[in-house]
Amino acid sequence: MQWVLALPPAFFSAVLGALGMGGGGVLLIYLTVFLNMQQMQAQGINLAFFLPVAAVSLILHIKNKLVDFRLCALLIPGGLVGAYLGFRLAGSLPEGLLRRLFAVFLLLIGCKELWSAILAFRHPEGEEKPQK
Amino acid sequence: MLKKLLICLSGIGIGFLNGLFGSGGGMVAVPLLKAAKVEDRKAHATSICIIASLSLFTLGVYLYEGRVQLRDTLPYLPGGLIGALTGAWLLTRLPVKWIRLLFSLIILYAAVRLFFQ
Repeated sequence: MQWVLALPPAFFSAVLGALGMGGGGVLLIYLTVFLNMQQMQAQGINLAFFLPVAAVSLILHIKNKLVDFRLCALLIPGGLVGAYLGFRLAGSLPEGLLRRLFAVFLLLIGCKELWSAILAFRHPEGEEKPQK
Repeated sequence: MLKKLLICLSGIGIGFLNGLFGSGGGMVAVPLLKAAKVEDRKAHATSICIIASLSLFTLGVYLYEGRVQLRDTLPYLPGGLIGALTGAWLLTRLPVKWIRLLFSLIILYAAVRLFFQ
């Protein structure tokens, strides 16, 4: 049963992710808002969920030579340090505070997305942004 | 040289967000890569590569510390894989601005719900 219930949210999160809208966040929202799951557990599931989805699109992107490995090499080492620090902080914060911090982060992302949607409606010819 | 140093430092920030919230690194990585004069499509693809590497590591830490069981994640994988393929197919066939509008409203709703939960 759990598998059936998981299908729709996982499906829509991945669709949004593939459309470039940070789909990982959607599953996380579903788990915390609708299933009332603990924030850290939901985050862990979200990370595991993102990996195979990312692998599918990465295969396509690498084939199309769209991945800049030089930039990856510059960003990933610091990213690993940051990721560990972030995890440590998340683990030491009280559940309610971590959830509220995430809510504030979502508020910022939501405003940014709303703004780009409004821009897209005002300049219909350049759907996302004019490609050079 | 300075630019390289800045890029390395911003990597820490991206990783930090991803570790703290288990998501969201990409939301920062894409605009950052664009600011570093990377073309749109390349910025998206490169950010996925970066975030996937960081997420793999972070997931390892979550599992090691027992914050999540791998077994709990499995039910979300089939829907995720079908969704990823569907999304890639839809990308050139949908009016993205309507989805973006809907997406932003869902996120804002969730932000308010989560804050007061």
